[in-house]
Amino acid sequence: MSSLTVRNLRKNFGMVEVLKGVDLEAKTGEFIALVGPSGCGKSTLLAMIAGLESVSSGEIWIEDRLVNSVAPKDRDIAMVFQSYALYPTMTVRQNMLFGMESRGVPKAEQVEAIKRVAALLQIEPLLERKPGQLSGGQRQRVAMGRALVRDPKLFLFDEPLSNLDAKLRVDMRTEIKKLHHRVGKTTIYVTHDQVEAMTLASRIAVMHQGEVQQFADPDTIYNRPANMFVAGFMGSPAMNFIPARFTETGGPALALSGAPSAAPLGVAPAHAASVAPGRQVVLGVRPEHLCRYALQTEERKANLARLTVPVEVVEPTGAETMAVMRLGEQEIVGRFNPDEAPRMGEEIELGVDMTRACLFDPETRRLI
Amino acid sequence: MADIALSRVEDHEAVRASRRRGWTRAVIYGLLTVFALIYVIPLLVVVFNAFRAQPEIARNGLIAFPQSFQPDAWVAAWDNYCIGGTCQGMKRYFYNSLLMTIPATIISTLLGAMNGYILSKWRFKGSDVLFTCMLLGVFMPGQIALMPWAFILGKVGLSNSVYGLVLIHVVQGISFTTLFCRNYYVSIPDDLIKAARIDGAGFWRIFFKIILPLSPPILIVTVIWQFTGIWNEYLFGVVFTSGTQQPITAALVALTASGTTASAYDVMSAAVLIGAIPPLLVYFLGGKYFVRGLTQGAIK
Ligand SMILES: Nc1ncnc2c1ncn2[C@@H]1O[C@H](COP(=O)(O)OP(=O)(O)O)[C@@H](O)[C@H]1O
Ligand SMILES: [Mg+2]
Repeated sequence: MSSLTVRNLRKNFGMVEVLKGVDLEAKTGEFIALVGPSGCGKSTLLAMIAGLESVSSGEIWIEDRLVNSVAPKDRDIAMVFQSYALYPTMTVRQNMLFGMESRGVPKAEQVEAIKRVAALLQIEPLLERKPGQLSGGQRQRVAMGRALVRDPKLFLFDEPLSNLDAKLRVDMRTEIKKLHHRVGKTTIYVTHDQVEAMTLASRIAVMHQGEVQQFADPDTIYNRPANMFVAGFMGSPAMNFIPARFTETGGPALALSGAPSAAPLGVAPAHAASVAPGRQVVLGVRPEHLCRYALQTEERKANLARLTVPVEVVEPTGAETMAVMRLGEQEIVGRFNPDEAPRMGEEIELGVDMTRACLFDPETRRLI
Repeated sequence: MADIALSRVEDHEAVRASRRRGWTRAVIYGLLTVFALIYVIPLLVVVFNAFRAQPEIARNGLIAFPQSFQPDAWVAAWDNYCIGGTCQGMKRYFYNSLLMTIPATIISTLLGAMNGYILSKWRFKGSDVLFTCMLLGVFMPGQIALMPWAFILGKVGLSNSVYGLVLIHVVQGISFTTLFCRNYYVSIPDDLIKAARIDGAGFWRIFFKIILPLSPPILIVTVIWQFTGIWNEYLFGVVFTSGTQQPITAALVALTASGTTASAYDVMSAAVLIGAIPPLLVYFLGGKYFVRGLTQGAIK
């Protein structure tokens, strides 16, 4: 059963079309991440699901009810805001009580709910404090607590971790994942951080300019991105896009348009179907699919195409080392094990894992 | 060695610089003192005269230090001095002013808070235009409204009545109170309102439970502003009331014009001070919060 169904949803602010026909669906208990660059319409979409923004056209269903014109309080949702939006003059306890009091929940139930959630989030010692006396991480917890005291059909999160520092963000991310595992509520989670989306979600909707570019599970999004936008947005460092053309030199191969002197790269059997001599494509290679050819096993070498390039910059991060290399007119980035990392100025013989590479149509920018 | 020499040179420079600063400082303090005196001296003259006996004023002139402090003028001014034929002193007009100022202040402040809440948090088509129109009232001189008010007061039967003045001051004050509150409320994050709406709170519950508890700083500002403004207002009082209905500012005019032979400077001074006490009290009690409320946002 679906907790949430969004059909062909559109939103205009005056003349500006902010959402251009969005389709989305969340099964009961699912964790859906909406990810995309700032300004792509994620918050607007979430606010429409919450009922805080009106619908220009399209449909929003929560379970089996069309809620287009239902007030936010009657949609049976709870929301956590990026700014936390805790009521500044109330204590933590009063913040959590406010919604239940508005709805006339019986007193005994209110007490019970606060006890349960405070224990779940370990915020018992904070209950009598005001938001101004809490740290960022504590406010974050309280904001989640306020959403959790009710038992809504749908949890909505709008960039809940963006205001935390990097370390805390990672901790809270893990907590949210655990929490979802325990509570099992359908969750729509907005973020601009592709790592958050990948780690938390059962399915990810990648948005760009008011449209959902791809809606799929994290593995598909990462390995079979529907188009060059998704491929470039998900993953850091970003996927390398290398313009190329099919040639027929004793087996299907790709000649690199930007580096005519390089030997053509042999095409993996999986891509054989799309081969058409002379056809222009964009070869998409993730940084981790580049390696030092000489160090690979014979078995692995069978899938690798070879490419010799000069190394321009080396950036160690500790666990792994990024290297920026020059390929004709463009730069490509590789991700290496520190033991195998190239040195600056070295001419490295790269292995390119063609079985993992993606091919895109340069006109439509879609995956071939 | 080099260090010591260097530091000595710096010392000379520092001494010279601090001497220069000393001079500038003296000039600044001198000027400030002069200006402070310009403001304070009239007040002192009035205070002194209120405690001097009338014969002494007649003998030594208006500007002089009291030879003895007499409370008689205060009693007369408050209780039994004759103004325009009635000999009840200022007390009745003082009550009139309270009766006018307190309700007008409370009502106009609450209406301003409501308006500010709506204009900042429940925007509707044309709400900005409406706000601009209300702002016009801030710049409109009161005398422009004299004739319309005369007409309205006559129609609603509130001519020559303190309640008529309450009505006028509430309406005339709304543009200021709305401006203050609206500008304060725009700094309250909209997310709070959204969270409350999802929490099931409506228009009034949000106002009373979230907005009002955040409002004391700006409410203090509007109350002080309205109280002193309405108390000191004089044009409407003179034009629309007469006799026993007048507020104290209008009565003070009548006092100076009342046809006693010799001007009773002692009583007049005491009467003026009685009229000035409430706003001064408000200023001394709340002035600190006034400045704070105007400069701080809703949420620290
Ligand atoms: N109330 C509004 N009026 C006009 N434009 C808006 C309004 N709210 C959002 N927008 C515009 O809609 C676009 C999407 O905004 P938003 O949903 O907040 O993006 P995101 O959350 O993905 O960063 C932005 O270009 C923004 O400027
Ligand atoms: Mg946003």
